[in-house]
Amino acid sequence: MELSKKDVDGTVVVSVRGKLDTVAASEFEKYIVEQVDKSENSLIVNMSELIYIASAGLRAVLAATKKLREKQKDILLVGLQKTVKDVFKIAGFLSFCKVFDTEESALEQI
Amino acid sequence: MNFLSQITLPATLDNLSEFIESVKSCAKKQGFSQKRISEIELSLEEVLVNIFDYAYKKNETGDVKVSYGPDDDNHFVIQIEDAGMPFDMLSLDKPDLTADVSEREIGGIGVFLVRELMDDVQYRRENAKNILTLKVRN
Repeated sequence: MELSKKDVDGTVVVSVRGKLDTVAASEFEKYIVEQVDKSENSLIVNMSELIYIASAGLRAVLAATKKLREKQKDILLVGLQKTVKDVFKIAGFLSFCKVFDTEESALEQI
Repeated sequence: MNFLSQITLPATLDNLSEFIESVKSCAKKQGFSQKRISEIELSLEEVLVNIFDYAYKKNETGDVKVSYGPDDDNHFVIQIEDAGMPFDMLSLDKPDLTADVSEREIGGIGVFLVRELMDDVQYRRENAKNILTLKVRN
């Protein structure tokens, strides 16, 4: 798994690439929760190069979302590949994660 | 009857990828689709991580044995055995997938994914072992 982040006009965009398995998930969770704590804005997570997610990765997304909701903010996911999107869907996460095809369309919603 | 391949390693997260790679490469050789292989990987990971976390007491090391391969009925079979505390993951309630985010809990989602992705999941306790059998068709 590889992580990176950038700031687009005050909104943090995190990119997670590769495989988000149980081993990688704790680092990912720490990373995104830290971004949420530092920002007053919604969080965009670009998953277009993510090829795999396990339930530990979902746990990280849930933890970040709970913190965001305390500030009335959202998590916006970008570019989910089919296999990854299926996992979000089966787990019932698409009811609270907003999903976008591109970073631009996610940024327009902020 | 086809004989299943086997891999036995201590129940620690360090060994996750070795278990996964062995099973994945076999499923690949059997001609399973990329989608199915990904579902097999996810299901096996969720089952193994549960065992790594809960089967054995702290400071106690135990093994996990994974047997895998095709059966006579066009299934790919994965059997996961541990000698830890009795645990039937099929006895867990389905998580509430409609709860609001603030009440949403992550517990049980891994097990739920396994039950959704695999065609058949069976548990038995035999000779002081937990034996979980997953079956999936291409």
